[in-house]
Amino acid sequence: MQSSDILVTHPVGLHARPAAEFVKTAGKFPCMITVCNLTTAGKTVNAKSILSVLTLGVQQGHTIRIETDGENEVEAMVALQELIASNFGETA
Amino acid sequence: MHQFTGIGVSGGIAIGPCWIYKPASVSIDRKTIADPSLEVDRLNKALIEAGHQLEQLHERALINIGEADAAIFEAHKLFLDDPEFLGAIRASITTEKINAEAAVAETAEGFARQMLALEDEYFKARAQDIRDVSRRILYCLNGISLDQYNLSQPSVILADDLTPSDTIQFERSMILGLCTRHGGPTSHTAILARSLAVPAAVSIPFEFSEIVAGSDVILNGDTGTLTIEAGKEEIESAQVARQSWEQAWQVRLKSAFEPARSLDGKLVEIVANIGGVEDARQAVEFGAEGVGLLRTEFLYLDFGRLPNEEEQASIYREIFQVMSSRPVVVRTLDIGGDKQVDYLDLQQESNPFLGWRAIRMMREHPEILLTQMRALLKAASPQNDLRIMAPMVSSVEEVQQARAIFEKAKASLQKENLLQVKKPQFGIMVEIPSAALIIEHLAEFVDFFSIGTNDLTQYTVAVDRTNERVAYLASPFHPAVLKLIDRTIQKAHENGRWVGLCGEMAGDPLATPLLLGMGLDEFSMSPSAIPEIKELIRGLNTAECERMAKEALAQPGIQAVKDILEKYRPKDD
Repeated sequence: MQSSDILVTHPVGLHARPAAEFVKTAGKFPCMITVCNLTTAGKTVNAKSILSVLTLGVQQGHTIRIETDGENEVEAMVALQELIASNFGETA
Repeated sequence: MHQFTGIGVSGGIAIGPCWIYKPASVSIDRKTIADPSLEVDRLNKALIEAGHQLEQLHERALINIGEADAAIFEAHKLFLDDPEFLGAIRASITTEKINAEAAVAETAEGFARQMLALEDEYFKARAQDIRDVSRRILYCLNGISLDQYNLSQPSVILADDLTPSDTIQFERSMILGLCTRHGGPTSHTAILARSLAVPAAVSIPFEFSEIVAGSDVILNGDTGTLTIEAGKEEIESAQVARQSWEQAWQVRLKSAFEPARSLDGKLVEIVANIGGVEDARQAVEFGAEGVGLLRTEFLYLDFGRLPNEEEQASIYREIFQVMSSRPVVVRTLDIGGDKQVDYLDLQQESNPFLGWRAIRMMREHPEILLTQMRALLKAASPQNDLRIMAPMVSSVEEVQQARAIFEKAKASLQKENLLQVKKPQFGIMVEIPSAALIIEHLAEFVDFFSIGTNDLTQYTVAVDRTNERVAYLASPFHPAVLKLIDRTIQKAHENGRWVGLCGEMAGDPLATPLLLGMGLDEFSMSPSAIPEIKELIRGLNTAECERMAKEALAQPGIQAVKDILEKYRPKDD
């Protein structure tokens, strides 16, 4: 199992387009992927579910914990880390 | 023959078959089922069908309303594929042995409630999306196709009310007219009808049971009447009326490209209020001499985040190209109050109209305004005539700050060799009484003023214009509002500044002689109002209007003012 804590810097947080990109990326991998919002200390949810990710209420400056477990767990973690580091593929 | 009268919101006469738009209802009552696996099969088939529909809608929306607004259907598709959502539906079918309809509706409602509990405008909209997706699946389960939107012939659409997601489904060329039982002059139906330039009336008190689907009806968008069961004679006379209306419209449209010069030679500028490149094209078609108000909120609402300089510039550039050398007045970001954006750290306020909105964000976030001004200045070519204005100004200090940002944007672009536009102007909106009362002090820092009568009225008479119980008090014809407008124009002229007006009042024929008499330089209105107002001005005498304006300003109340204006209303021939 892989685990990683990441600070979300995107101004929208994990809503709207960034949330959609996050879920789409997670959906590409066969392993189980969960995410929880450490800042609000809420529940842990399925990272492949847009509805669940939205309910985490992740805002700019929040830290999230991502866990991947199973087939391609390392690749999945790297892909999600890169997505967030690239500010969800935006240049600015 | 039977006639119903409501409120006309978009002029013209439509004659044709009616199309009754009534969203079908599906029973979502719980039923025990014998074979859950058959029920899951039904569900799976419905999900595939719903997915196809959303893809088609997305494509149609891309053509009709553009990428940003079409994104909503992509989001719906994501919900439709959500593993938690689908997992919960399938689980309740198999474990509780209930019908798919109940499982879908209950699961969707559960998620919708979770979203609503988050108390944020953004999540409220998502709750609505989940319910929309749920409705679509329920329809697919019951073989109710959304073919109800595929009109087989051009029709007058009759509905309870129309929402944006309802109307996008109709083919534009099939809409003869729109007629709803609910809604007011600012409802979505009204706005859509005006932008499509089709006749429309709202708040028409008809019952669906009284009307035979497909029967011929007559809709008059000027008088706000719907006629059903019309005899041959009524239809014929309506056809004559429609023909003369269309001829008059054509004449107006032709002359719309002529300047608006009064009988005694006073020339005023007639320009358009727009919110995007589509509107810009329509404005030019309707004879707009420029743009008096380009709203820029859509950029901030559509992106779901702060649009960067380049993203903004490319959208502005498209609009500036359409307007070419015609002046374009751009209002900088006006968010807060009744418009919400989730990423701007807007907080719940008990009085959002009096709160942290528009130019007031500049103190904490000057970079937002700087980015926008740089994007605007950068996007304008040497042949463009760009004018930037700041909304919600209440004091001299705010104007100084905004002007400093404008100058900074100009200077930095000049340094980078990116400033092409010649002599861009800077101005402010006059929509707060405190600004209207110190125009002479503000004049030093601006090139022009633009009066926003909707907000000026609301702040003068202390009425929340979105509150229907008190909205009747919010008339720009209140003598106090008129005095503020008159003062603004006078003091601006004394200081050598020009004045525009971009509230709904500018497109109201009743107000035209009054505003002309007060000396207004620029009238900015919705594009479809331009031909009529131009024609009206050509028949007015300024000196007479000045006398009338003086008389109107001396009245004690709204009705007395209107009585005087009514005498000047041109008689229909």
